[in-house]
Amino acid sequence: MNQNLKEQLVILPDYFQGHLTLTLIALSLGILLSIPLGIWAAQSQSVKRPLLAVISIIQTFPSVAILALIVALLGGQIGVLPAVIALVLYSILPIARNTVTGLDSVPSDVMEAAKGIGMSSTQVLVKVKLPLAIPVIIAGIRTAAVWTVGLATLSTLVGATSFGNYIFTGLQTRNLVAVTVGSIAAATMAIVLDALIAGVQWIVENRNKSIEPSKYRLIRNSTAGMLLIFCIGTVYSILPKSEPDFVVGGKGFTEQYVIAGLLAAELKESGFDVEQRLGLGTEIVYSATVNNTVDVYLEYTGTVWANRMKNSHNPGRELVMQGVTEFVEQVDGMVNVGALGFQNLYALAMRKDRALELGIETIEDVIPVAHNLVAAGDLEFFGRPEWITLRDTYDIDFSERLTFDAALMYNALDDRQVDLITAYTSDGRVAAFDLKILEDPRNAFLPYDGILVASHSASKNPTFMRVLKSLIGQISDEEMREANRIVDVDGGSIMDAVAYLQSAID
Amino acid sequence: MIELQNIKKSFDHGRSFVVSDVSLRVERGQLLGLIGESGSGKTTTLKMINRLEELSSGTILVKNENILLQSPVDLRRSIGYVFQGIGLFPHQTVLNNVAAVPLLLDWDRSLTRLRCEEILEMVGLPIKDFGDRYPSQLSGGQQQRVGVARALAAKQEVLLMDEPFGALDPITRADLQDEFKRIQRNLNLTVIMVTHDMTEALFMADQIAVMKDGEILQIGSPKELLNRPDHDYVKKLIEIPRAKAIRLEELMDSK
Repeated sequence: MNQNLKEQLVILPDYFQGHLTLTLIALSLGILLSIPLGIWAAQSQSVKRPLLAVISIIQTFPSVAILALIVALLGGQIGVLPAVIALVLYSILPIARNTVTGLDSVPSDVMEAAKGIGMSSTQVLVKVKLPLAIPVIIAGIRTAAVWTVGLATLSTLVGATSFGNYIFTGLQTRNLVAVTVGSIAAATMAIVLDALIAGVQWIVENRNKSIEPSKYRLIRNSTAGMLLIFCIGTVYSILPKSEPDFVVGGKGFTEQYVIAGLLAAELKESGFDVEQRLGLGTEIVYSATVNNTVDVYLEYTGTVWANRMKNSHNPGRELVMQGVTEFVEQVDGMVNVGALGFQNLYALAMRKDRALELGIETIEDVIPVAHNLVAAGDLEFFGRPEWITLRDTYDIDFSERLTFDAALMYNALDDRQVDLITAYTSDGRVAAFDLKILEDPRNAFLPYDGILVASHSASKNPTFMRVLKSLIGQISDEEMREANRIVDVDGGSIMDAVAYLQSAID
Repeated sequence: MIELQNIKKSFDHGRSFVVSDVSLRVERGQLLGLIGESGSGKTTTLKMINRLEELSSGTILVKNENILLQSPVDLRRSIGYVFQGIGLFPHQTVLNNVAAVPLLLDWDRSLTRLRCEEILEMVGLPIKDFGDRYPSQLSGGQQQRVGVARALAAKQEVLLMDEPFGALDPITRADLQDEFKRIQRNLNLTVIMVTHDMTEALFMADQIAVMKDGEILQIGSPKELLNRPDHDYVKKLIEIPRAKAIRLEELMDSK
């Protein structure tokens, strides 16, 4: 079997368990919440309209935004809780709406009879209306179940394990096998859950009709069988798992996955039980580390300097590092363990032969010839403050400024269609195309040193800190570039890149 | 057994009356046919007796008790009601439909079952063949038999019927009319039956009350109505079955 596929399948049980837990908890809570809401709405017209309107509005919120808002409302907590809250919110609409529809569509002659023989209004609801509405309510639960399984993939973004881990990691590291495995797994779970609920629905709808007994028994027994398997799965998935000793966090791009993999591997070697929560947003992983849900992750000094400290000036690499350390430690109570050695910042890059031909080593060497050069930027560079700073600091402009998709930009440089591009210093393609990164003596570009930020609670553990410190200053720009290249250009796995870094460090 | 004294019903705070000043009396074991066209107020009158509609004014006594002094739920459980739309509970078996009121009254389980068996036998649906069926598995006539059984299961002595046989085909209707009349006599039931079919009223009722525009035009036995209709509308109503009978005889003689 394909090595990549094998690697993916090894983690399937974990992701399955995570995805099923999220789905079942969210769906159960959704049902418990939505049916009473639906009953309440069906009782009076003045409740029904506003309530259904509010529920519909929740549904129109983009799911990623809802997740981010919930994390913010929970004070930065990530993991199962915010994911479940979001999923529950999304499951309310189909179930509550179908509950209302089901209760409203009970025939009026049946309602009149129920009242006329002397049932109280509670008895009418419990003995007549609800039983008759159940098939419609189940149809709503069915819709909610399929939605929930699909949306649960987004839980990865807030650090809850799901099949989304396959999909987001796969998209970021161009691993289509992972994306495919994740999608098929989620789709299969949705289909099975849908079939299961459809079976229940069929039984409920046909319990009072003349159906051939053998067919009825067949469907009833197979549904019961599936239900049993599902119950076992549920029990298995909500059994308390052993808490990991440490949680390694990470944002959603290759370098982050690789460094997180390295951290996890090193910590495991020291005997710790480690869990990884990757693909998190910059804001989310930062606040999760502040509140100790994540114990360590790779951050960049420039990101904290500009995004969190709201600075726009650039006092140079040392002072930025110093300022960031103070901020991280004194304001947010975390620990800056130190810089790994590489930077991931914007820089100008050229073909080596072209640089040699023009005698260019630093950006200052570009100034006299700039008006003859064609520069290419990625989709956003020429719109970013970095470009303005670069232009003003060195007082340069190019004969032409072109904008490319990042992948095409490297090819254009390689084909000599452009002379100069804007690259990330740790991008694997800088290594793959053997490019020259121009030095920036006037500090136009903010420094983006890769640092390890550790949570307050984890930093109390001396072994943990010793493992992290052993990595400080160990990874050069070239080595990080090479590790990224293994994944992004060669199509290797994250573990391949981690193994490369481990050998480079030793 | 049932007494209505000057009852009125308005749905618009007294500007107009759907039922205006109706008084009547039904003695124990009697069947009163309440006949009239749509909108005459006959169904509203019936519903006021078990408080599915509340009186605007007047007094109703059932078994010599003022209905307003009883809780609506208790009142309804003590009065059998056969609904125009039958209104069986589609999710319950025939047995459970019939057992509905005894169960509401917390009857003993085995007693309830015995009673249901007895009453189903009486309406011609033996429990061993029909008890476990669902309403959707029954014909219209069988469904209304269950409706009658449900109305009588808790040994109600008073029965209200709202066009009970209106939706049935003519043969089934005739069968059920005969059978019901037999049951009513056997159990000595006091019944008010709303109908728009004069033939039905003439064959089944001990007393007939003709309603029009919320008022009772005439009350009397079938014989009295046939012989001494004291109103043009009543005359017209009884002309219909009479004319049909004459026309049938002509057809038979016209060989």
